Amino acid sequence: MNGLGVLPIDVAGGAILLWIVSGFLGLALQRSPRLICKLVFPAGACVSLALAACGFWALGSAANIAVLPLGLPDLPLHFRLDPLSAFFLILLGGASFGASLFSAGYFKFMAGQVLGLLCLEYHLFLASMAMVLLADDAYSFMVAWETMALSSYFLVTTDHAIPDIRRAGFLYLLIAHVGAMAILLSFGVMQAGHGIAAYTFDAMRQVQLSSFWASVAFLLALFGFGAKAGMLPLHVWLPEAHPAAPSPVSALMSGVMLKMAIYGILRLTFDLLGTQIWWWGVLVLALGLLTAMFGVMFAAVQADMKRLLAYSSIENIGLLLVGIGLTLIFHVYGRDTLAALSLAATLYHSLNHAFFKSLLFLGTGSILHATGERNMGQLGGLIHHMPWVSVLMLVGVLAISGLPPLNGFVSEWLLLQAFLLSPGLPNSYVNMLVPVAAAGVALSAALSAYVMVKFYGVIFLGQRRENAHKHAHDAGIWERAGLLWLAFACVVLGLIPVFVIRKIDAISQMLLGAHLGNATASWMFLAPVDTHRASYGPLYFLLAVAGVMLLTVLLVRRLYHGRSRRGPAWDCGFPAQSARMQDTAEGFGQPIRRIFEPFFRIENELPTPFDTHPKYHGMSEDKLWGLLYLPLKGLIEKLSGWVSLLQHGRIHLYLAYTFVTLIVLLIFV
Amino acid sequence: MQIPLILQFVNLLASLLLLLVFAMLAQRRILSLINLFAWQGGILALSTFIVAYSTDQHHLYYSAGLTLVLKVLLLPWLLHRLVRKLKIRWEVETLINIPTTMLAGIALVIFSFNLAAPIAELAQGITRGLIGIALACVLISLLMMLTRRKAVTQVVAFLSLENSLFFAATSATQGMPLIVEFGIALDVLVATFIFGIFFFQIRETFDSLDIAHMEKLKDDNA
Repeated sequence: MNGLGVLPIDVAGGAILLWIVSGFLGLALQRSPRLICKLVFPAGACVSLALAACGFWALGSAANIAVLPLGLPDLPLHFRLDPLSAFFLILLGGASFGASLFSAGYFKFMAGQVLGLLCLEYHLFLASMAMVLLADDAYSFMVAWETMALSSYFLVTTDHAIPDIRRAGFLYLLIAHVGAMAILLSFGVMQAGHGIAAYTFDAMRQVQLSSFWASVAFLLALFGFGAKAGMLPLHVWLPEAHPAAPSPVSALMSGVMLKMAIYGILRLTFDLLGTQIWWWGVLVLALGLLTAMFGVMFAAVQADMKRLLAYSSIENIGLLLVGIGLTLIFHVYGRDTLAALSLAATLYHSLNHAFFKSLLFLGTGSILHATGERNMGQLGGLIHHMPWVSVLMLVGVLAISGLPPLNGFVSEWLLLQAFLLSPGLPNSYVNMLVPVAAAGVALSAALSAYVMVKFYGVIFLGQRRENAHKHAHDAGIWERAGLLWLAFACVVLGLIPVFVIRKIDAISQMLLGAHLGNATASWMFLAPVDTHRASYGPLYFLLAVAGVMLLTVLLVRRLYHGRSRRGPAWDCGFPAQSARMQDTAEGFGQPIRRIFEPFFRIENELPTPFDTHPKYHGMSEDKLWGLLYLPLKGLIEKLSGWVSLLQHGRIHLYLAYTFVTLIVLLIFV
Repeated sequence: MQIPLILQFVNLLASLLLLLVFAMLAQRRILSLINLFAWQGGILALSTFIVAYSTDQHHLYYSAGLTLVLKVLLLPWLLHRLVRKLKIRWEVETLINIPTTMLAGIALVIFSFNLAAPIAELAQGITRGLIGIALACVLISLLMMLTRRKAVTQVVAFLSLENSLFFAATSATQGMPLIVEFGIALDVLVATFIFGIFFFQIRETFDSLDIAHMEKLKDDNA
């Protein structure tokens, strides 16, 4: 292939162009919505696959660069495809392949005009994310970043007739812009006043910043990218925007777009900033830990399935931040193998989260179409009506809970290994912090399993709660294909960790100049540092689990042959049982709500025992909204009130402003 | 140092200009204000002509002619017509009483001369006073815009501001390129037309040309 002189970056650029073309094709075809579904979305999916393949190809090869003769004077658009961007391109391509296939079936009942616009925004969204990954100067990065924010804003507000959705969209746009501003400022600091040509990333790599300015740049970037990722306390938009968007869009936003922020943090911290300081790592670690705990806690008390997944995304972002923080700490203290290990865990978890969270979001989309219901309190027993969706989502649920032999386990295990191997850092404070953080990570991993038991159990198991979805149908063929792909990826990523880690090593080499020692020595066993300490062989694990299950099934068949019968679920011999007696989503989350009560703002409405039409109403809200955002809003309104004092409507005063300004400037300048 | 006769003449015109600006600041009647503005244009044209003669720059002759036609004849005529059509012959109302504005004007002149002193050191001896005077004229015109209530007087003040700037350009730097002057002249003409249209609109909306009525055009929640 190299005989033709084609580089991976050319393929990636071509994929971006094709995506843009498919978007406009969708707009042009808005009179025939069937064609959009049957043609444009699958075509976009093929482009995704090509992009993933291209990323795979580039992961092994050296960085390649392209400069387009477009853009600002003195600052043409620079693109660069190195192992880090290649890895995230794989993530983008892989997850969007599933989402696009799913979309081909999901949007088929949508009106043509809306669908045409949605198709355009959807593909622009994908193209802009790919551009974010390829950008090699601040200008093209910001353009791509803002395109990503705007296109996703329009996707979120697809159903803009509903006021709540408009509100969610506005909140998202606001926080996205505040974040983008911080990123821009961060680039400004790193450019360090060297003129416009210094806005290329290459020039920024050369700049030596003092530790103060480096910290300023880092903090600004952390704020900006954190706003996009949903880091505490900038997470408020996430549980509003993700449920508001159509399901494939939520899948992409949660699975892929949040990872763009992770990519940004990695790129800026390890690649562009030459030096790192230890307290950055501690800060990111602490923020990540808080985010993870917060996310999982709130996920446990949600009753809306998409909100639950959104909070679970916050938790996973927290884990990723913990990984980044740990990488920073180890890197600064020269523990290179450990740094490479935690970086590998972070990247691996990003990839895993992209797949299983997309899978779950798409699954909720199928449920939403089948039943018209997002509230888990109205669902239940769907496993009978939607066998495909329920089996495929079971894979996702197991993966996100971190159960072996699926992919979620591998990355969480790697992260915990990094923690366990950490003692012996030169800074005693950090040494004390790390075990606490490890405990926090373990707690949130366990709680997330709890959340997922609730999620799956309440939706799919038990008895049907309402009659509304009596005729719930399974997902169509396109939707199944999308879900199947993502579930397949979850399984494969769980089974071949050695191979994946070997690939990720190229990134560790690039960012940290270190690689995992003999982690990948044997292809069957993954041993992060040393085969004597801990190792994990997923295939053996799978074989053992499958063997035990087979044995159990055989034994049950043999011992109880012919004597088993089917009855209603949870019947237990109790004669007058109704579906309302089952554990509800709220009920399942109740213990968490009690334990972590100080973190919630709880409103309960309990009926009296004599009420003939008992109604129960419970609400758990985010305290941060009242504690942080409302005072901030008040402050800003007050400030703008002061500014509007300047506006009198009297021309004389306006002229006087000019006059005084002129005089003052003449005096001082 | 003996100052050449021609430049003495320019200095005389400059001081006349300053005097006229003060006269405008003190003038209460709109029609006289417009006449004063015409006089100002005349002085400007004369000074441009003299500068053109002394430096032998041909394009400044055109510039002087343009000033004469536009600022002495056309604009005052337009304004006269406007005032007649709008039937506003009454006296100018000021926000601050006139003696106070005059005092403020004197303060501005002192300020501008102070400010112009370092610049004048650099220039050749002759233009020493001119920059200060031109700057003072600009600032006083601004002051006039600030203190007048009626929209028409504000426009006259604006035009006088433009005149002062033009004077600064021709006398201190021996003129701008002709094309720029053409541009500015046209802009001023167009601006006057637009202002005229606005006057009618303002009067139709508010039944008066007093801009105090426009105070309600601001943000509601303030």
